[in-house]
Amino acid sequence: MGTITLEKVTKSFGDVQVIPPLDLEINDGEFVVFVGPSGCGKSTLLRLIAGLEDVTSGEIRIDGRNATEVPPARRGLAMVFQSYALYPHMSVRKNIAFPLRMAKMDKAEQDRRVENAARVLNLSNYLDRRPGQLSGGQRQRVAIGRAIVREPAAFLFDEPLSNLDAALRVGMRMEISELHSQLETTMIYVTHDQVEAMTMADKIVVLQAGNIEQVGSPLELYHRPRNTFVAGFIGSPKMNLMSGAEADKYDATTVGVRPEHIDVTPDGPWQGRVGVAEHLGSDTFIHVHETGLAETLTVRQTGDISVRHGDMIRLTPRQDEMHRFGADGLRLE
Amino acid sequence: MARAITPRRKAFNTALAWLIGLAIFFPILWTFLTSFKTEATAIADPPVWFFFDWTTENYSVVQERSGYFRYFWNSVLISVGSTLLGLIIAVPAAWSMAFVPARRTKDILMWMLSTKMLPAVGVLVPIYLIFRDLGILDNVWGLVFVLMMINLPIIVWMLYTYFREIPGEILEAARMDGATLKSEILYVLAPMAVPGIASTVLLNIILAWNEAFWTLNLTAAQSAPLTAFIASYSSPEGLFYAKLSAASTMAIAPILVMGWFSQKQLVRGLTFGAVK
Amino acid sequence: MATAHSRAAARIMIAPATVLLLGWMLIPLCMTLYYSFQRYRLLTPDNRGWVGFRNYERFLTNPAFQDALINTLLLVLGVLVITVVLGVLLAILLDQPMFGQGIVRILVIAPFFVMPTVSALVWKNMFMNPVNGLFAYAFEAVGLQPYDFLSQAPLASIIGIVAWQWLPFATLILLTAIQSLNSEQMEAAEMDGAGPIQRFIYITLPHLGRAITVVILIQTIFLLSIFAEILVTTNGGPGTASTNLTYLVYAESLLSFDVGEGSAGGVVAIILANIVAIFLMRMIGKNLDA
Repeated sequence: MGTITLEKVTKSFGDVQVIPPLDLEINDGEFVVFVGPSGCGKSTLLRLIAGLEDVTSGEIRIDGRNATEVPPARRGLAMVFQSYALYPHMSVRKNIAFPLRMAKMDKAEQDRRVENAARVLNLSNYLDRRPGQLSGGQRQRVAIGRAIVREPAAFLFDEPLSNLDAALRVGMRMEISELHSQLETTMIYVTHDQVEAMTMADKIVVLQAGNIEQVGSPLELYHRPRNTFVAGFIGSPKMNLMSGAEADKYDATTVGVRPEHIDVTPDGPWQGRVGVAEHLGSDTFIHVHETGLAETLTVRQTGDISVRHGDMIRLTPRQDEMHRFGADGLRLE
Repeated sequence: MARAITPRRKAFNTALAWLIGLAIFFPILWTFLTSFKTEATAIADPPVWFFFDWTTENYSVVQERSGYFRYFWNSVLISVGSTLLGLIIAVPAAWSMAFVPARRTKDILMWMLSTKMLPAVGVLVPIYLIFRDLGILDNVWGLVFVLMMINLPIIVWMLYTYFREIPGEILEAARMDGATLKSEILYVLAPMAVPGIASTVLLNIILAWNEAFWTLNLTAAQSAPLTAFIASYSSPEGLFYAKLSAASTMAIAPILVMGWFSQKQLVRGLTFGAVK
Repeated sequence: MATAHSRAAARIMIAPATVLLLGWMLIPLCMTLYYSFQRYRLLTPDNRGWVGFRNYERFLTNPAFQDALINTLLLVLGVLVITVVLGVLLAILLDQPMFGQGIVRILVIAPFFVMPTVSALVWKNMFMNPVNGLFAYAFEAVGLQPYDFLSQAPLASIIGIVAWQWLPFATLILLTAIQSLNSEQMEAAEMDGAGPIQRFIYITLPHLGRAITVVILIQTIFLLSIFAEILVTTNGGPGTASTNLTYLVYAESLLSFDVGEGSAGGVVAIILANIVAIFLMRMIGKNLDA
């Protein structure tokens, strides 16, 4: 089991309220990602759930039980830290076994579980090494191993991949997703990287300045961002947001269209001059200036199309993919 | 500095440094040499350097006549005892200050440092009278307590600076892993801080071993450590240079060796972490 | 890292150390204060009573007090000047490339680990003794009269002995500080046309500022309460020529058995030490934020 409910949770450091009253429901077995720019309070929120920080007011329930006052050790949650926080003086085996040892589990059962976790995580050959002798990816796996052996109600990940290089990050992303589908345990994952959020999550919680901007599945967020912040934050490259005359045409304060929803056409209604064109092979990102719509329009075209710096091109937005936002920034239906 | 210097310059540096080094070390060397002389050679005019009949007689005389080992044992008890006792009290305090800093943490640390500035002589009379009334004048455990109190601020400060270098996330991980506070300190913090704790212990043993105010004023025959033992050579035994030297050599040798091993930590410890 | 649980635990864990230290500081302090207003001699313990400020009057008007005050200042300042100046020079020398640097370091640092009673006795008897001391031989060898250091210049001799004990400490700390000086900074200064002396004045000395303050602070703490060296070498004499405050209070209370006056002296010593301490803590407080 692993349902976690936050009810009117707030957190203040001194006079500064970093989390205004916040409600959130996390269902059993869900993979939930907290995403937002740095300083948005996502890590604080995770630490509140973990019990490493006290809530200022409100209630946290784990499996229906009020856990607000329960110390971290007894919340039945496991956490993987950004720095991995491995115990440098213990072997990998002892690191993984540590929570079991703390739970005073019998030795044979400890060994069985450690061997199991090591097999799942491909660590069997490294059990007697110290963390200092491992690569970043292996350390990450040890941290995960330490979390899974105790069979927690939920896993908490605090930006676990941010210390890995790009290639390894993609690999670990897959492994964690794989692990989730194997274990079917609730996972809460904090990241500032919206690609991680989109690829891994069942449910994304977008945070800004401690506020929840939107909760939804990745595709919901992609297709129906609730406000301009979410619209700009989710998706890469970012959605083009325009106000002024163009918005007026749609009876909105701001309209947005994603780069992949604009086509280069000989007779499109918009026109502009090509600035930088990034040729990735599979895609081409064209940054278009002098459109009169926004400072820069980003356009994404599949495949390699030949445009050069300084070319004038015409663009056609797909009408059914236009997002409209009101004066308060909220989505208009 | 990774730059070339002339061989002549290097030779000059070497000669000058060795000369000064030997001059500073000379009294210790001389004491060591004299301890192997007979009383007659010890005061020979002109002084004899290396070529004399080396004898270890002085050492056995010092032990036989004044029971050196009793004092040595007292010194060990007092220095090691006070350090370990201090450690037991200081580790939790340093944990608190390093990992759960509050607004007043800095003030408490500074206050602890300031207690070191209280001149011992200002509280000599009451301590002396309290000890007399408790009947622990000339008692090893009384001294253990006093020296523990004297060095407690240094132990707390040193541990604090070492603990602060340990990432808090690791202790949080232990907490998430279900460790109680006791296990967190015992199984995670302490093993990680072993080098720091070791240097703290070493430095405090040295300081306690050489402490010469309380050990001289609160002891008599029973609990006197080596500082008091040597002071008793003041006169007229002090004129027996060879025996004085033997006694001195035995009193400083163990700590000199420890000291050489702890040079680096010494700087950090004695400067309360201000110079590393 | 801060929950109500951990904060509560922290308070409990810090309690023994603070309570003990507070007790260690306050109880004797109050007792000293109390005795200092009483007539209390250990030889006639029944004849006790309040005497107001009489003990202070006697202690402060005692000619020995003035001598002790001056001696204390001379002792502290003398040792500080010697150790800091020589310490800086020695640290710079030891920082230069040379053969056997490690061994020289070991030689230089050794005196710090010698217990005060040993160093005092060795210097007193084997070096400064006017008959058999090594200095006496040296003086004779160059045709001079042997000099009785401890009777002719007792305070200077003690300053010498104490400086010998503390020079290693200053050197070691300053050397550590010098070694942390970024060599690129030195090279930049050299490129900018600064000569060795200018580099010393504008780069090395400012860099050492913090370390020097630390050396002064720590040494002052210990130097204010120099005791064993005086006890073993001169017993404060001849007369009061080498008596410092610590020794004077000791002599009053444990040699003359006058608890009252000794306590008054203790209070005076504490007040003076506090004046120095406040001054020092101001100077160094911000520096200690390690």
